Amino acid sequence: MNDLERLLAGAADPAADAAGAASAAGAAADPSASAAMRRLRVALASRAQEQNLLDVAYRTVDTPVGELLIAATPLGLIRVAYARQDHDAVLAALARDVSPRVLFAPAKLDDAARQFDDYFTRRRRGFDLAVDLQLAGGFRRTVLEHLPDVSYGRTVSYGEFAAEVGHPRAARAVGTACATNPLPLLIPCHRVVLSDGSPGAYIGGPEIKRALLDLEHAAAA
Amino acid sequence: MSLPPFDRVVSEHGRVVLRVCRALLPAHDAEDAAADAFLAALEAYPRLRPDSDVKSWLVTIAHRKAVDILRRKARHAMPVDHVPERPGGSAEPALPDEPLWAAVRKLPTKQRHAVAYHYVADLAYAEVAAIMGTSEAAARRSAADGIKALRRAYPPASGSEQRSLPTKEMA
Repeated sequence: MNDLERLLAGAADPAADAAGAASAAGAAADPSASAAMRRLRVALASRAQEQNLLDVAYRTVDTPVGELLIAATPLGLIRVAYARQDHDAVLAALARDVSPRVLFAPAKLDDAARQFDDYFTRRRRGFDLAVDLQLAGGFRRTVLEHLPDVSYGRTVSYGEFAAEVGHPRAARAVGTACATNPLPLLIPCHRVVLSDGSPGAYIGGPEIKRALLDLEHAAAA
Repeated sequence: MSLPPFDRVVSEHGRVVLRVCRALLPAHDAEDAAADAFLAALEAYPRLRPDSDVKSWLVTIAHRKAVDILRRKARHAMPVDHVPERPGGSAEPALPDEPLWAAVRKLPTKQRHAVAYHYVADLAYAEVAAIMGTSEAAARRSAADGIKALRRAYPPASGSEQRSLPTKEMA
């Protein structure tokens, strides 16, 4: 139940102490306490947004390529992360680099979540979402800004894409920009492949890159 | 060292703040107080020193919010002598330990605060004293008096059998 009750019970009957400890251990699973926690989170997220205190909202989305973490600032989506990127580490980095006011606020990201669903069910080929690119600067940012030019179902090599952004010798730097893309999927770095046409490396892992290219290829065909 | 995401503060300390608020206020006000406290904490969070005792900080904020709510109610609801513990028609199931919280809320203010912060929030007497604006010795005395009064007002039945009884039969 709780420490207080255990204390009161324990004084009256030492045998009750064990029962108290057992029920205290079970308190974490207490359904009414869990419901109260859920209500607290909902109230906090909506009131934080009203008062402009929701600096970073996040939620997760279940997809065929695993659980995605999506996070947004008031300006737009700032991070998309695959499970293998360690979501706790991604949230800690956002707290450090953007703002520690990071809250689980699924309702605020409903539209984004729906668009990801639609992408995986092939109802959607592009995303209609505002983005916040503050985590990328310099040439990395140039690359991210031009990646959406590589349309759905198409692929380019790192060298070709470097030439497209006016830096034909910068294939390696394009690779770095893709490897550190804060918004994979939304900014389609998976469409940049090796010059022999094989997928190459990917933030989410090469098997996910292959799956995304297959999905887009089948739909575009 | 940087601050963890505020969301982790909610996960780690949400339950204890809710419980402290339950010890201070009726159920429907307790959740409002907890949300008020976390909203105020969220606002101030970027200025918190990373090595601070977060739980003690949150309980201090919850204390202020609970005092605010009680003060507001005292101003607006003078004619009502005794507010019913659970308003009729509420779909919310009572928490299983409602009778205990009700007993805590009947304690005199200082005892109630000392019991909530020491026994429910598990804070040291020095922290309890800081929140209450009193001395450590006084906080310790209030908590001891509160526990003594609770033992009289809330005698637990013997053994574990009592724990499986539904709340309404205990009340």
